Amino acid sequence: MSKTKAIKKGSVKTIITYALVVVSFILVTVFSKSGMLSRSTQGLLVPVCCYIVMAISLNLTVGVLGELSLGHAGFMSIGAFTGVIISMSLQTVIPSTALRLVVAILCGMVTAAVAGFLIGIPVLKLRGDYLAIVTLAFGEIIKELINCLLVGIDENGLHFIFNPTGTKSADDLGLSEAGKVIIKGAQGATGTQTIANFTAGFILIIVALFIVLNFVNSRTGRAVLAIRDNRIAAESCGINITKFKMIAFVLSASIAGAAGALYGMNYSNLTSAKFDFNTSILILVFVVLGGLGNMLGSIIAATVLYVLPEALREFSDYRMLMYAVVLILVMLATNNPSVKNLFMKIIPGKKEKEGTVK
Amino acid sequence: MEFLSYLISGISLGSVYAIIALGYTMVYGIAKMLNFAHGDVIMIGGYISYITVSSLNIPGWLSVIIAMAVCTVLGIVIEGLAYKPLRSAPSLAVLITAIGVSYFLQNSALLIWGADPKTYKPLVDGNFKLFDGQLTISFVSILTIVACIVIMIALSLFTSKSKMGKAMRACSEDKGAAQLMGINVNFTISVTFAIGSALAAIAGVLLLSSYPSLMPTTGSMPGIKAFTAAVFGGIGSIPGAFLGGILLGVIESFAKAYISTQLANSIVFAVLIIVLLVRPTGLLGKRIQEKV
Amino acid sequence: MKTFKRVMALVMVAALCLVCFAACGGSEGETTSSAPADSTSAPAADGAAFKIGSTGPLTGEAAIYGTAVMNAAKIAVDEINAEGKIKFEFKYEDDVADGETAVNAYNKLMDWGMQILMGPVTTGSSIAVGAKTFEERVFSLTPSGSSTDIIDGKDNFFQVCFTDPNQGTGSADYISENMKDAKVAVIYRNDDAYSQGIHDTFVKEAKAKNVEIVYEGTFTKDTATDFSVQLTAAKAANADTVFLPIYYQPASVILKQANDMGYKPTFFGVDGMDGILTMEGFDAKLAEGVMLLTPFSADAEDEKTQSFVKKYKEAYGDTPNQFAADAYDGIYIIAEALQKAGCTVDMSAEEICEKLIAVMPTLSFDGLTGEGMTWAKTGEVSKAPRAVVIKDGVYVTPGK
Repeated sequence: MSKTKAIKKGSVKTIITYALVVVSFILVTVFSKSGMLSRSTQGLLVPVCCYIVMAISLNLTVGVLGELSLGHAGFMSIGAFTGVIISMSLQTVIPSTALRLVVAILCGMVTAAVAGFLIGIPVLKLRGDYLAIVTLAFGEIIKELINCLLVGIDENGLHFIFNPTGTKSADDLGLSEAGKVIIKGAQGATGTQTIANFTAGFILIIVALFIVLNFVNSRTGRAVLAIRDNRIAAESCGINITKFKMIAFVLSASIAGAAGALYGMNYSNLTSAKFDFNTSILILVFVVLGGLGNMLGSIIAATVLYVLPEALREFSDYRMLMYAVVLILVMLATNNPSVKNLFMKIIPGKKEKEGTVK
Repeated sequence: MEFLSYLISGISLGSVYAIIALGYTMVYGIAKMLNFAHGDVIMIGGYISYITVSSLNIPGWLSVIIAMAVCTVLGIVIEGLAYKPLRSAPSLAVLITAIGVSYFLQNSALLIWGADPKTYKPLVDGNFKLFDGQLTISFVSILTIVACIVIMIALSLFTSKSKMGKAMRACSEDKGAAQLMGINVNFTISVTFAIGSALAAIAGVLLLSSYPSLMPTTGSMPGIKAFTAAVFGGIGSIPGAFLGGILLGVIESFAKAYISTQLANSIVFAVLIIVLLVRPTGLLGKRIQEKV
Repeated sequence: MKTFKRVMALVMVAALCLVCFAACGGSEGETTSSAPADSTSAPAADGAAFKIGSTGPLTGEAAIYGTAVMNAAKIAVDEINAEGKIKFEFKYEDDVADGETAVNAYNKLMDWGMQILMGPVTTGSSIAVGAKTFEERVFSLTPSGSSTDIIDGKDNFFQVCFTDPNQGTGSADYISENMKDAKVAVIYRNDDAYSQGIHDTFVKEAKAKNVEIVYEGTFTKDTATDFSVQLTAAKAANADTVFLPIYYQPASVILKQANDMGYKPTFFGVDGMDGILTMEGFDAKLAEGVMLLTPFSADAEDEKTQSFVKKYKEAYGDTPNQFAADAYDGIYIIAEALQKAGCTVDMSAEEICEKLIAVMPTLSFDGLTGEGMTWAKTGEVSKAPRAVVIKDGVYVTPGK
């Protein structure tokens, strides 16, 4: 009896999550078509979608799998650069931008998944803070490796150079006259055709949600949850820890790759320095503030926290300071019993809002 | 001869990492939290020392003491306002709060002292030459290495011999049991933060004496490196932090010299990953038996 | 203790409320397009003013460059408004030197009604925003974005500063002509487009001109504290000239560390090196004998520079660097181009853009950063880089 209730409660939440995303998409589209959205709001739409997908992806690792990852931006980076290479090289082969976008995102997913698998082998052997520092390490390594990468394309195909000593330049790629440099080491990808749009972002969110929510409720997902809650008990029940952890980790990496690919094709300039430790932390903040394992929370937190610094623009110099203060206060308000009670008493209206965010 | 020179610059850099890592490790050992704001306390220490020297015109060593005092107070305030209310909260909440504090310190520094880099005046100047001038060692390097060793020994003695130190170890083993034995856990944690922050001030001054550019973001990368060093040596272990810091500095220096300046950080991190695979709790970390 | 907790909690709640209100205020500000006094210069009294926007880093690592541009542009705008021939309204947005934030900032400026973009300050942001301005036909003039990728294929994008290849070639030319038999070591920042861009052309040109390069060392943002390894290697390779295509902040560390280890080659920098002498706390003795190519020097004797430096110092307490000078020129270039093209305030951004594109190649401009600057259709500026050497803490022309 109680079991069916629990499932029902879960599915209601799932429905709410989907409904919220669909309704906000429809509202935003209507508003933007009727010209009620300012340009700056419209410009925020695609990056918000990317960060929402990133938050969903990281929530799978941190909230569902229960392992702290400090290098998630690395997967985003791999996805982004793969996406850019694919989209730039298929420019003539696939003229339809929508189709090219899909292909690029899929390729981003695949490469990020492969990277996730390779990184997962050492990472998942470790625990706790040791695991966290190794993910941080991989994030930094990915960043520096891409910094050394030179990629160009001409009629003979793709040309790659790996340039660890810094003595080579784009001229060494040996491109023909018609060739085009796609990635110039630290200068990153320049002149990317921007083909990402809000609809693609929306579809990606829905797909990511669908994958993650179904995963959590599947047999595999339940095994992962069991590992998170009690590793030793799960192991003694015959659950293959390494296998299930790896499945969740690779899935999370591939979703991050998709988000990265979308992100990469929204800007004509992309450098690997963008995907550093701070970006990983930014996404982690979304996840923790939204609530571990709570996808709806991640979506709301990612949207609010991404828009916040932009909304605080009027305060120029003080905006990041305010962001920091808000971050600390929200953490105190949601985690300290006495501060929390005080909030409940002083602002009764806040009660519900806080409930959902948490 | 270049080899020796690389080795010395590596040890000198490693000593700075080690001092920062000591602060990290002490706080982690007792509060079980990753204090990401530690690197920014270093930066604040650097600014305090810089400002007192340039505006009050006092000698360098006095500015270090002032910086230590300010950072100690800062550490206690941060702990009391941001971390203490979250003592029973999940560790991730504390981590995010620490990140918030880190942003706060960086942006406060930006507002107070501005964005333009300042050149820090080193505590000591000059160098001496060995082997007919083929090898030059700066006094700053020597000072850094000596300071690091002294601090390491002092901290080891403090935690093993003094009453407060014993209380710290007791808290890190088991907070509940420590409280039952009459130890004031909250006070002990505050003292740990105070010591960690004072160390950060020293680290800041030494870091800037060797690498004299001071900006609001000065502390963040050394902070991450020191965190790596602390994990490398086994987080929570004082000799481990020392060893981890020195090794990290030397590996970084050699990686730059012999493999690739560009991938120096990657190589450091790759070594860290390999070490953790062989010894999952770091070089000198204790393996804690998990209870079912 | 309990009361303390209560009080503290109350203080925090108060702070949060304040922030909330502040945030609300922010969104209101958006709709009424009122801007804070801080980042906007006073509009002309009659309201008929061209709206010029710019983006650059005011926070983060590169904040110094963005701040310099904002300050100098405001001085120029105020001067022009005081003169009264043409009226400007100027708004500046923070972009943290990040392409993503720069696009957000640009959109914000477009909401405000920007007609001309005098930015962005950094290369990465310029490329990201450039794609937008090209598509939407907004005339753009970057004061300091120096990569050729910025102007590549965009007829609406112009530069005030030299391009990176230009500087690389200039440096190689100078070294091959004036420093015969130099053994050159290059230390550059590999994860920075500016530094990498100059390095790449410098190396290519140096090879063509038979300048011997004995060592190439790199560093990244994350390893920009310790250069002893690179310097030791350069010393071991017997380099007598060290080429530093980097900004002055890491350069100051390199000079200090080279001095510490008793290594005294000739250091040769580019325009990013300008500013080293005015760095707070920097010992100018360390920079003795450093050579650099720069379009601007705050010590120049001419009246224009003197008056600008004086005003800048009065207003902001700092000596302006090359970024500030580029921005100051940038505003004046726009003013001159607008007047020559006969643009009026009521024109749309697209109309102004087309007119200015036509006018720019015909312009010859005398500014702080060069006499008789002209522009190619591609957007590249042509002005002569000036080699100077630092002697007793001031720039002097070498050989004198």
